Amino acid sequence: MKLVIAYIRHEAFEPIRMELLELGFPSLSIIEVKGSGRQKGITEQYRGSSVTNYLRPKIKIECVVAAGDVQTIVDTILRHARTGSIGDGKVFVLPVEQAYRIRTGESGEETLQSHPDAAATV
Amino acid sequence: MKRTTIICASVMALVAIMLLPTVASADTFDAAGAGRLPDSVGINSMWVIVAGVLVMFMQAGFAFLEIGFSRGKNAGTVVAKVLMNFSIAGLAYWAVGFALAFGGLGDLWGNTGWFLHNYGDPQTAFPVMGLSDATVEAKWFFQFVFCAVSLAIVWGTTLERIKFGVYAIYAVVFAGLIYPIGSHWVFGGGWLQTNLGMQDFAGSTAVHLIGATGALAVLLHLGPRRGKYGPDGRPRAIPGHNMPLFGLSIFILWLGWFGFNPGSTLGALDGRFTEVVVTTQLAACAGVLMAIVTSKLLLKTIDIGMAGNGAIAALVAITAPSGYVMPWAAVIIGAVAGVLVVVSVLAIDKKLDDPVGALSAHGMAGIWGTLACGLFTNPDLAAYNAFGEGGLVYTGSFHQLGVQALGVVTVFAFVFVASYVVFFLIKKTYGLRVSAEEEDAGLDISEHGMYGYPEQFIPAPELIGVGPVQTPAGAAASSGLNPTEVPA
Repeated sequence: MKLVIAYIRHEAFEPIRMELLELGFPSLSIIEVKGSGRQKGITEQYRGSSVTNYLRPKIKIECVVAAGDVQTIVDTILRHARTGSIGDGKVFVLPVEQAYRIRTGESGEETLQSHPDAAATV
Repeated sequence: MKRTTIICASVMALVAIMLLPTVASADTFDAAGAGRLPDSVGINSMWVIVAGVLVMFMQAGFAFLEIGFSRGKNAGTVVAKVLMNFSIAGLAYWAVGFALAFGGLGDLWGNTGWFLHNYGDPQTAFPVMGLSDATVEAKWFFQFVFCAVSLAIVWGTTLERIKFGVYAIYAVVFAGLIYPIGSHWVFGGGWLQTNLGMQDFAGSTAVHLIGATGALAVLLHLGPRRGKYGPDGRPRAIPGHNMPLFGLSIFILWLGWFGFNPGSTLGALDGRFTEVVVTTQLAACAGVLMAIVTSKLLLKTIDIGMAGNGAIAALVAITAPSGYVMPWAAVIIGAVAGVLVVVSVLAIDKKLDDPVGALSAHGMAGIWGTLACGLFTNPDLAAYNAFGEGGLVYTGSFHQLGVQALGVVTVFAFVFVASYVVFFLIKKTYGLRVSAEEEDAGLDISEHGMYGYPEQFIPAPELIGVGPVQTPAGAAASSGLNPTEVPA
C-alpha cells in the first residue's frame, strides 16, 4: 500500500477527480494548503504600500492505493496538473503499513478503494 | 505629445465654459435675492432633491447586490466600478445627456441645455418637466441619478470576468448618448411619448429595460464565466459569497425606490407622490411573496436570492404604472412580476450566464411593467398625467397596450443595436475579457492589485510580517498603548 500526496493548482483538481472516479478510485482527501516553491509571490498593493505574499494557495491531495495502482494515480495527476509553468506542484509517494475501515473493522488493501461488490452494498 | 495637446485643449475648453456667466442658476438666484421665490418652488425642489438622494443611495444597493452575488475574490472590484461609473455618468449627463434627454420636444432627441448652460426659460427649454416648478438643477440631479441607475444595471451580467476599462468606455457612450436618446423617446418628450402617448411614469422601459438591454448586448459578446457550464452544457451554480450583504442591498434598493417612483411626480403640492408610495409598496410586497411561493413550488426550496429578486422585479414592474394605476392593480402587477422573475431566471440560466439575474429582474419585469400600463391604467390618472389613455380593463380597447408594446420593441431594438456595435468595437480593439489566469485569480488581485478580503488570500503569518511593526513587550507600556492594541 502506498500514500500518494500531490500539491496541485486549484483548477487541476476537478479533472483529476473526474478521471479517478471513472478509473475506480473514489477515495481521496483534499486539504487547502498554502506553500512556497519556485513560483513567484503575489504583491498586494494597499494605499501606496505593498506586501508580497510568497505562500501561494494549493490543493493537497492524499490518496492511499494498492502498490500496483500507484502508477495509474500518479500518471493521472501528472497529466491533468501539468501546465508547463512554474507552480504546477509536486507529487510524493510514501509507503503505508496498514489500513482499517472503521465501519466494519476490516483491514488490508480491500479497504482502500471501492470494489464492484462492495459498492453494491451501500 | 499630440494626444497631450488634445487633452489639454479639451480641459481648457471645459474651464472656459464654466467661467462664462452662468445664466443657468440666475433664475433662482435673482428671485431668491429679491425675496420673491415662490414657496412652491422651494417645496417642490426640496422633494425632488430628497427623492434624488434616495435614488442615489440605490448605487450602494447595486454595489452590495453584485458583491453578495460574486465570489470573494471579485468583491473589491465592484466598489471601484460603481464609484467610477457613477462619476462618469455625472459628468457625461451634465455635459450632453440632460440636453439630449429633456431639452425640447424633438422627435428623436432634445437640443437645449448643454452643460446646463444658456438654456433661457426653463419652462420652454425642458417642456416635458414644465408641469413642475422645481428648479432645473433639482430636475437635473434627479434625472442624472436615474441615468446612473440604468448604467449600473448594465453591468449586472458582466461580473467576475470583464476588463475594468470596458466600464469606462461604455459608460461615456451610454450616459452621454444611448440612455439620453432612449429615455427621451419614452419620458423626455420624444416621439413615443408625445406623438403616441406611451406611458412610463418612472422608467420601467426608459431606465430598467434600457439598462437590461445593454446588459444583454455585452453578455452576448462576453460569454459565461469559466466553469459556469459543464462539459455536458448544463449550468452549474457559482454561489455568491455573501447572502447577508445581498439582503442589505435589497432593502437599500427598496428604500431607493421610494425616491424613484414617488419622486417622478417632480412635485409635492398635489400629494400624488404619497399615492405612488402606496402602489410601489404594495407591488413589492406581492412580488416577494409570489417569488417565495414560486421558488418553493419549482425548486422545492425557498431560495434567498429569488426572494430578493422578487422584490426587485416587482419594483421594476410597478415603476412604469406607479403613477397610472390603482392600488389593487399594483398588487396584481407585483405578483405577476414575482412569478415571472423566478421562471425567467431559471430559463435564462440554461444558456446565458447572468450572475445577478439582471436580464430577468430588470429586463423581463421592465417589459411586463410597461405592458401592464396598457392593461391597468386608470383613465382618470391617464388624463391627469396627460399621456395616453385608459388600459384594457377599463376601456376594452387594445390601443394603449399596442402603444406600450411598440415602445418596448423600438426602445429595445435601438439600445440593443447601438450597444451591440459599441461592445463589438471594444472587443476588437481594447478587448472585453480578462485572461483565464486572471479570471481564476479573481479580478480584485488581477485588475486592482489588492484583495477585497486580504485575510482570505494572504496567509496570516505573512500579514503579520517582520520588522518595525513588532513592538518589544516592554515598549507597549511606555508608548501609552494598551498591550492588546495593535498600532495602525
